[in-house]
Amino acid sequence: MEVSKRIVLRFPRRLIDRPIIYHLVKDYDLEFNILKASITPEQEGLMVLELKGNQDEYDRGIEFLLKTGVQIQSLSQDVTRNDERCTHCGACVTICPSAAFAVDPATRRVIFNDEKCIACGLCIPACPPRAMEVHF
Amino acid sequence: MKTIAEINEKIKKGQAVVVTAEEIIDIVREKGLSRAAREVDVVTTGTFGPMCSSGAFLNFGHTRPRIKIGGGRAYLNDVPVYTGIAAVDVFIGATALPDDDPRNRVYPGEFPYGGGHVIEELVAGRDIRLAVSAYGTDCYPRRKLETWINIRDINEAILFNVRNSYQNYNVAVNLSGKTLYTYMGVLKPNLGNANYCSAGQLSPLLKDPYYKTIGIGTKIFLGGGIGYVAWHGTQHNPNVLRGENGLPRRPAGTLAVIGDLKQMSPEFLRGLSMLGYGTSLAVGIGVPIPILSEEILAYTAVSDAEIFAPVVDYAEAYPQGRPEVLAEVSYAQLKSGSITLQGKQVPTASLSSYPKAVEIARTLKSWIEKGEFTLTEPVAPLPGVESGITIRGLKERPVE
Ligand code: SF4
Ligand code: SF4
Repeated sequence: MEVSKRIVLRFPRRLIDRPIIYHLVKDYDLEFNILKASITPEQEGLMVLELKGNQDEYDRGIEFLLKTGVQIQSLSQDVTRNDERCTHCGACVTICPSAAFAVDPATRRVIFNDEKCIACGLCIPACPPRAMEVHF
Repeated sequence: MKTIAEINEKIKKGQAVVVTAEEIIDIVREKGLSRAAREVDVVTTGTFGPMCSSGAFLNFGHTRPRIKIGGGRAYLNDVPVYTGIAAVDVFIGATALPDDDPRNRVYPGEFPYGGGHVIEELVAGRDIRLAVSAYGTDCYPRRKLETWINIRDINEAILFNVRNSYQNYNVAVNLSGKTLYTYMGVLKPNLGNANYCSAGQLSPLLKDPYYKTIGIGTKIFLGGGIGYVAWHGTQHNPNVLRGENGLPRRPAGTLAVIGDLKQMSPEFLRGLSMLGYGTSLAVGIGVPIPILSEEILAYTAVSDAEIFAPVVDYAEAYPQGRPEVLAEVSYAQLKSGSITLQGKQVPTASLSSYPKAVEIARTLKSWIEKGEFTLTEPVAPLPGVESGITIRGLKERPVE
């Protein structure tokens, strides 16, 4: 079975220059799409990946990553909306590159569909009451 | 037809028929004007959006020994407040920023905390740190003060906003090739989005376009409590282009409003951070419109499809103060999710919250239905079209 998942990888400093992603492709035949990559001020590597491939290979690939010491988190937990702060203005709707926000035509409330979120972070400073939060 | 006094009698008996400015649209469509005007007593409006000309006067009470904050420096949670009034009165404005905020030196500035946030926290009942340095006088000898304050304990906390509740507003777009960070939100390059900011068919002054019922002294819903229209707002501009239905097609009238901050709620006063622009305060306002005649009712029944807003380029026209309008679009078009400009589909987004506006109009409706809120007769009208008022730009004169 084919799977496609978005995950957040956190590389401790010692792993930053190791060819880990290369192995995912070569040894597990997984396709990847880098949605975001950065090195935090604490010298930790952070990468948001979309991984595609056969379920078995995918599971073995994840196992391999964990063994190397990479931490994995699924993406939807990373960007959340603080529903107490959200005023349902709608300012985020045209900011999100991945159409994770939609306006309910009947109530005009803004729906946040976290499955679509690629954790690009653009909505976080663009939300006037700062209702969007990122958790690392 | 009816008078405000008659409507108040019905309110007190719990018999008034109150509907929101959204509900009235279908009621008039179904029943026709004259029947609806006989049946409906009050239409409630609502709006909730960033309103930068908002602020609060606070009186802390005197210390022992006394301190004269007036003319000195004072901060609430590191945000500077205006002290140029009496000893322990200050004014905190929504756009005030801590001295050490980098502003736009790191562009675009994030403006995480400012006066609007202090007001929200005060209203939420949180303790706020007050720091004062004063110069000391014979009658007010003390020079330093650092203390926690709480809205519960101070004498007065009065919200006073000199320009709120704009009657219509620009739709902001960006014709340039770079992203703009404005008070109308983030504007993506090359007509990447169009941001509007009005509750449209729920917005108070759009439902009383000639200020026939809303005037000085009108009792309103303000920030979750009760407030009053204090004056016409600054930049009140009744003489703009109007459509055949009388509705302004440009930003027009405004309200100055006042109310007791102690009764208000952070649900309807929310500190905002406009990326690259500064801080502000989202304010919830609801105004009841007494249905005194069919004419007044007809104005309350206009829908988003009949209200038009001007589209303005915020890359050139707005910052340079040029009057160009790229197009006019209706709020119904804006709410459809996209508008067509220069042959391009441009996605739209709102800065003002329609769901909150609905909540405000419904809350005000329930207050009136329960007999808790009666209507006031304005003590003076707002300047109308006949006043001849138009807003001016600043005439600069060289200083020798
Ligand atoms: S911009 Fe922020 S407050 Fe407005 S709808 Fe989006 S998440 Fe909610
Ligand atoms: S983080 Fe990016 S993708 Fe996720 S909701 Fe915000 S703007 Fe959309």
